[in-house]
Order: sequence, then C-alpha cells, then structure tokens
Amino acid sequence: MSMNTQGRPTGTGNVTSSPANGAALLPNEPLLFEIGDTEHSGVDLPDVSIKRDRLGGFSRTLPLDLAGLTEPEAMRHYVRLSRLNYSIDSGMYPLGSCTMKHNPRLNEKMARLPGFADIHPLQPVSTVQGALALMDQLAHWLMTLTNTAAVALSPKAGAHGELLGMMAIKAAQTARGEGHRKVVLVPESAHGTNPATAAFLGYSVKAIPARADGTVDVTAVREALSPDVAAIMLTNPNTCGLFEPQVIEIAEAVHDAGAFFYCDGANFNAIMGVVRPGDLGIDAMHINLHKTFSTPHGGGGPGAGPVVLSAALAPFAPVPFVQRTESGLELVEHSEGEALGRITAFQGQMGMYVRALTYMLSHGSDGLAQAAKDAVLNANYVKARLQTVFSVPFPDQPCMHEALFDDSFLNQTGVSTLDFAKALIDKGFHPMTMYFPLVVHGAMLVEPTESESKQTLDQFCDVMLELASDAIAGNMQNFLSAPVNAPRRRMDETRAARSPILKWEREEVVSEAAQ
Amino acid sequence: MRYLPHSDAERADMLAAIGAPSIEALFGAVPAKALQSESLDLPDHSPEFLVEAHMRGLAGQNHAAADGPFFVGAGAYRHHVPATVDHLIQRSEWLTAYTPYQPEISQGTLQMLFEFQTQVAKLTGMDVANASLYDGSTGTAEAVLMARRLTRRTKVLLSGGLHPHYRDVVCGYLKDDADLICLDASPEGQGDILDRIDDQTAAIVVQTPDFYGHLRNIQTAADAAHAKGALLIVVVTEIVSLGLLEAPGAYGADIVVAEGQSIGNALNFGGPYLGLMATRQQFVRQMPGRLCGETVDADGQRGFVLTLSTREQHIRREKATSNICTNSGLCALAFSIHLGLLGEAGLVKLARLNHARACALADALGTVKGVELLNATFFNEMTIRLPVAAEPVVAQLAKKGILAGVPVSRLERGRPELDNLLVLAATELTTDADITALIAALEEVLP
Repeated sequence: MSMNTQGRPTGTGNVTSSPANGAALLPNEPLLFEIGDTEHSGVDLPDVSIKRDRLGGFSRTLPLDLAGLTEPEAMRHYVRLSRLNYSIDSGMYPLGSCTMKHNPRLNEKMARLPGFADIHPLQPVSTVQGALALMDQLAHWLMTLTNTAAVALSPKAGAHGELLGMMAIKAAQTARGEGHRKVVLVPESAHGTNPATAAFLGYSVKAIPARADGTVDVTAVREALSPDVAAIMLTNPNTCGLFEPQVIEIAEAVHDAGAFFYCDGANFNAIMGVVRPGDLGIDAMHINLHKTFSTPHGGGGPGAGPVVLSAALAPFAPVPFVQRTESGLELVEHSEGEALGRITAFQGQMGMYVRALTYMLSHGSDGLAQAAKDAVLNANYVKARLQTVFSVPFPDQPCMHEALFDDSFLNQTGVSTLDFAKALIDKGFHPMTMYFPLVVHGAMLVEPTESESKQTLDQFCDVMLELASDAIAGNMQNFLSAPVNAPRRRMDETRAARSPILKWEREEVVSEAAQ
Repeated sequence: MRYLPHSDAERADMLAAIGAPSIEALFGAVPAKALQSESLDLPDHSPEFLVEAHMRGLAGQNHAAADGPFFVGAGAYRHHVPATVDHLIQRSEWLTAYTPYQPEISQGTLQMLFEFQTQVAKLTGMDVANASLYDGSTGTAEAVLMARRLTRRTKVLLSGGLHPHYRDVVCGYLKDDADLICLDASPEGQGDILDRIDDQTAAIVVQTPDFYGHLRNIQTAADAAHAKGALLIVVVTEIVSLGLLEAPGAYGADIVVAEGQSIGNALNFGGPYLGLMATRQQFVRQMPGRLCGETVDADGQRGFVLTLSTREQHIRREKATSNICTNSGLCALAFSIHLGLLGEAGLVKLARLNHARACALADALGTVKGVELLNATFFNEMTIRLPVAAEPVVAQLAKKGILAGVPVSRLERGRPELDNLLVLAATELTTDADITALIAALEEVLP
C-alpha cells in the first residue's frame, strides 16, 4: 500500500479505467535535435586560438549543425531512450539462433582495465606483451575446445568470419591448382549469411534439400559433390536445432571429393566442451564470441567472429597473428606466400577477446560443458511442455539448444505467426525467432539458453500455452491489435521502406521538399 | 558455476518432464566417437576474484597510453571520453539488447540509430548515412564494391595516401583482382591519382587527412573523377578533423567512409571500432549495412524501424549487397552520446584544440637537428623523416616510457625509402610536458 505525503495510506480512489500499463514511466522522448541546439555543449574545453594554422585553406564552410546537450540533458535523454528497450537483463529473449545469454559484468570490468582499453594497436610490441598473451590464451582455449590446428582471431563478426573462412578455402584450392572449383553446397536450412558469403567470393550456390527429419542426408551431399565443388557450408547443430547425425560421413564425403567443410559455428553454444568440431572433420568454423562466449550484443553489435582452422587451412590464416618466440610473443603483421593478407585494419575485437576469455576462465572447462548441457536441457524442457499444443515439425530426435515449432496450430484461427509474436510482447516476453529456418513453414524457433531458470521457463511456457488457447478459442482481437502494452503499437514498416526518411531534417527543409 | 541457475534437483525434475534418463541422453544424435569422453586440458571454473587477478596480471604487462608521453595515431587516436558516455553505454537496456528486429520494444536503440545517422550525415555533409559498419577499413572495401555495383565498371584506384592497412584490406577482399590499382606510397602528399582516371574507372579512393597527415584537395579529385563518370570515395580515419575541415560532401564526394573510434570509443588495441558510411540519396539502395528509418505506429505515433532490408542477406541471401549481418551498435551509441555532448560548439573547440597541439608538436619537431617535417598541411598528425631508421628509434624511446609514433616501415615492409619515416599524432591530451620529453629524448638518441 502506498503512502501519501501526509504519511497516511492512500486508497485506489474511485477510478475506473483500463488496466495499468506503465506508460507513466515510458516517455515519448523527442529527438536529440529537438532538445539540443548548436550552442549547448556538455563538454568543457578551452577555446584556443591558433596563430598560424596548417589547414591549407581547407577549413570547413558547410555548417555542422550538430545539436549539443549539457550533461544533465544528455543523461536524461539516453536514460529515457534506454527505457524503451527490451534487454536480456530485464527479461528472457527466446530468440532461436541468436543465443541471448547472460552477459556477466566481470567481463565489462576487465575490458575496461587501462592495460587493455587504453593501448594502441600500433604501439611497440614490446609494450603490449600482456595483450599478446591474452590473445594467445584465447586462441589456446578456442583451439582446445574445437580440436583444431589454428585460429584467426581478427574477424569482426560471424559473417566476417565466414568470409575469412571461405577466403582461406579459396586460397588453399588456388594453391593446389584447383581454382576452378566454383560451386559451394549450402543446405536450405542455412543462415542467409552463408549463401551471401559464397556469392561474395564468386561461388555459385547449390542448395541441398533437407530430409523429412530436418537433417542433411549424406546421400544428397554425395550426389551434389563433383570436381567443381569447392566446399560445403553446414551449420551444426543445424538451424532446426538438430545435431546432424551423419556429419562425420558428410565430412568424409566432402574430403574424398577434394572439397572443404566450412562449419557455421553460430550454434557452438550447444556443444562447447561436449563435442569438438575438429573431431567431426570440419576445416573452418567461425565462433560468435557474442553468442557462445557471452560478450554483449549491444543492440546489434559489435560482434566478434574468430575462425578456427584445420591443419590443411592453417597455413592460409590471415595476418596479424601472435607467434611465440624465444624472446617473447611476437605479432606477425605481414603475410608470406599463399597466406591471406589482412581482413581488417588492426588486431580485431580486442575488447571482445578480453570479455570472452574472462567468461571462459570463470566457467572453466567443466562449466562450459555444463552450460552447453543446460542449454540443451532447457530447450528440451520447453519442447516437452509446449509440444502438446505447438506442432513440432521434427519430433524424432531430442533437440539441441533450440526447439523448433511451426505455426500449424494457428491454422484456421486467423492469427498469424507475427500476430502471435506481437501478443507475446504484451505478455512481457521478447518474441521467438519467426519464419526462420526457411525449410519450415511458419517456423517458430525458441532458444532459451542456459541462463534461464526453471521458474522463468515455466512462466514462458505458461504464457505460450495461454496465448495458443486464446488463438484457438478465436479471441482474435488480442492478437490483431497487439502489442498494446509496448511503448509503440505495431509499426508501419511498409511506409518506412516506400519513402525512406533516414535522418532528421529541420521543419523548413521538410516543408520545402514537400512543395 | 555462478552463471547457471539450475540445482541438480531442478535438472532432475526437468529431465522427468522431458522423459529422458539423463542430459547425456539428449545428445544421442552425436556419433559416440565424437562425444568428449575425457576432460579437456583446460582449467575448471574459477571464482571471480581469481579470474580478476589473472586478467589484471595480463593488463599490467602492457604500457597504457596514459602511462607516459604518447604520440601514436595512424588510424586510431587517443581522445578523452567523458565519464557520462561509458556510464550510459553500460546500462542494461543498451548493453544487453538484441538487434532491434522487434521495433515496438526497441525504440531506444532505433531512435538512437536515427540520431546517429543524422549526426554522421551532417558531419560528412552527405545525404544519408547507414547505422554503421565494423570499422573504417572494412567499410572502405565495402565502398569499393558498392561503387562497382553503381557504375557497373571494375577499375578502382587507391591513392598512395590511403592507410596501408586499409589498402591491404581492400586487396584482401578483392584478392588477385587486376582491376584494383594501388598507387605507390606518397609520403610527401604528392598528387598521384588524377591522371590515372579513365572512362573504365569505377571509383578512386582518397584519404584526407591522408595516412601521412597531409590534407588532400578533394574538390580536384571529385572534379577529375566525375569528368570520367567515376565515383569519388573519401576516407577519413580521424573523424574529429571534420570539426575544422571542410565536409567531403561539400566537395562532391559520392561515398564517405570513416573510422569513428575517435569519438566516444577507447583505443582497445584495435577493436571494437566503428565504421561510418555516408552517401548520396540516389545511391542508398546499393549501400551495405543496416539502415534505420522513421515511420508511424498503428496509432499514428512517430517511431523508428530498420528499413530497406531487401538489400540484406537475411532476405536476399546470395543476391544481397553484402554478407554483413551486424553493425557496431554499442560503439555507435558511444559515438552518438559523445557527439551529442560535444554538439557543434564542443566539436569545433575539440578540433581546434587538436590542431593547436599538433602545431605545437610540429614546431617543436622542427627544432630537432636532422629531423625533417614532411607536412605543409596537417590536422593533428604529421610525418617526419629521421636521419636514421625510425623503428629502432621508436624502440629506444619506448624503453624511456615515451611512445613516439608509428614507423612507416611497420606497415610498409620492403620499402627502404620509407624506413626513416615516422608518423606522429597529437590530440587534446598531448601536453607541453609530453612534447618537451619527446624532443629531449629524440635529441638524445638521434646521431
């Protein structure tokens, strides 16, 4: 019971209105440019004059027109904006394929130590031996967890790692005189980045259909293999949340045909410490440090995508990399022979290396394996609780870290998967991944991760079941109007794409354009 | 195992609900020979204080920029970041949010990106900017590919003033591409590119201030490129410079790529950084990376969404403009907050202060016997020619606790004519005492 200013308990009064929705704490925040102006600033700097500038007559004439805020205004603007965001710290993200696990704050604290945050990528190597040691230790953990021969740390994100891995494959084949191989096999269930990466490097993409059980048939791979095939890009566990049971046979078939096995490691979280991908025959695999090793997603990056490489590809690793020598650790910055050059300016995402290694040391070998097992346990628990109502397209084997459902339970209800997801928002949960993987019509992919307690999983499952029975009972309006409890109602994305407004303009500019 | 919520009893309850005898049974699809049977040769879990001690031990072996006089630049710059920035970006709702694919519960991130895009467009003087790329170097490679798509031509010229790492990244992306022409290093700031443009040229790539610190005449480059139907890609590695220098858009740039690290982001030994990309309105559908746009919700309220995603890999797969699937969100947030705190007034002061410190450094270097300053123009960075090779000099100064800059030979190997060159940067953090210490040390070690 709340207290009024006189200290007497207040009642609820005689108010008759709609249920509380928290809107009082969810402001409509104007844009930075509508609050600040070009005179205000939140930074005190001396106003120096320069007797003889060396700008060569290239001084700025175009007005900057950048709005400034004083410190209290900035603090409030960004705090108020932040309150319009869902986050893993405030609730579960059952986003299949995205691995939204807890982000430990020790990681953040360590990444901010001046010895990591305040060092320059080009200062003398003798002054950054601790940074090189950290990279060396991270590399050791990644190679040990995957049983591979080398790791290229520098890719900036998973898709960048894919690019690097496929570049290494291309370089290896060119070195063998097999540059004519122009086809990459990609199962239909693959992430969109896989075919995009292959096409980027000039490969044509050949799709491998999925079996009725959601996995890839080694026979289909064998049939697709030819002397023109450079590689297969296979996700394992796959995007249906299933471990590929024939992965070793697939690797052997691919190698027998002279091709390479690129493994999309987006789902390594399910098997870290339990299965070493090197034992499955992979040649290259990127590891999303922001998924498997708990570095924050930050509202869409930065990620980090180190790539582990088999002995066959190790000689093609890009620069820079750390090398142990008698006099200490060295940074090899220039490539030789057939090796790849540089794929980014400096050493990669050092800030993420610190966070990932901190996480690995915290969990340890035993903890990482337990985390993978708990992730799989949680997904199977959700599957077990929901499968009486939600249809499971591939029921034959237990799922790994994510449970795939389809929307056939919504047939004839008039409620779409998207409507269902938006209704989940009204119940306080971020939606699951929808319409992916493409091999399942109306896919709903739920990845709880190991971070969720049984209590949270039960709450989530209760809400899912409640919504499903609502939909089946024909309470369509709750779905079609959803969300109503979020800071915004359903957004008009078509309008945004038809006549894009991609920046703020002063009103006079907007009205001029309209005329 | 402090990050794992389950007790053994809860695990048992859950297994019972699943109907599985053990967690291991859930891994039944894994071929038996691939299951890890022995423990890995890695340590077991560790308490927070021991992990922290280990990490502090590693960090302590590094010489942080703040530990002494510091003149290292060459594509990454040490600037002051207000405490407010780092506090705000660590708020849960920013740090631990996912990509804003559900706009109704991601308006914070989306509005911030819209503000960020506006700031970048204004700073560069361009029509539109995207929601950021990995960093300046990969952004340059993406810009080259974008120009090829736009012009349907393939020849690309990279100026000798382009950061050598950026050049190497473009070469890496376009391996063995005969139509990619990298011009020789131009440490004197000499023009090298204009007479190489022909009507097969898709784009020229020019950096300003260039790698050696010289300010380049972008207007001349734009005119020469446009006369042949080629595009001008302008690269900026020190974004603070645009507080004082003319916006590339005002000179006719077609695509601007920049490294945004200098505003809001720490040095971090090279990453994560922040790629900025801006272009003309008519080119936006060929621009890679995420874009945030304004729209309304079902009640007509203004709101923001990711838009034009038909360019992107998750929709277009092999026909996408790029395979990129992230931006550099948190770095973009730090940039946007810092630039919001600066505002126009603050950015101009910051840029002027940087230039003033660099002028002081240049004047001081000019007094050292045997040192030749190569720059007639610069913003906050310059190149000197020493009477001896630069790398050992830098090593000697490092032993004295002075980080004196970047020897060009570290980036350009096998080019003896560049061995004596040293690139030095000054920022608002460079003090008179730092400069005095550098000069004294140089005079001591130079012959």
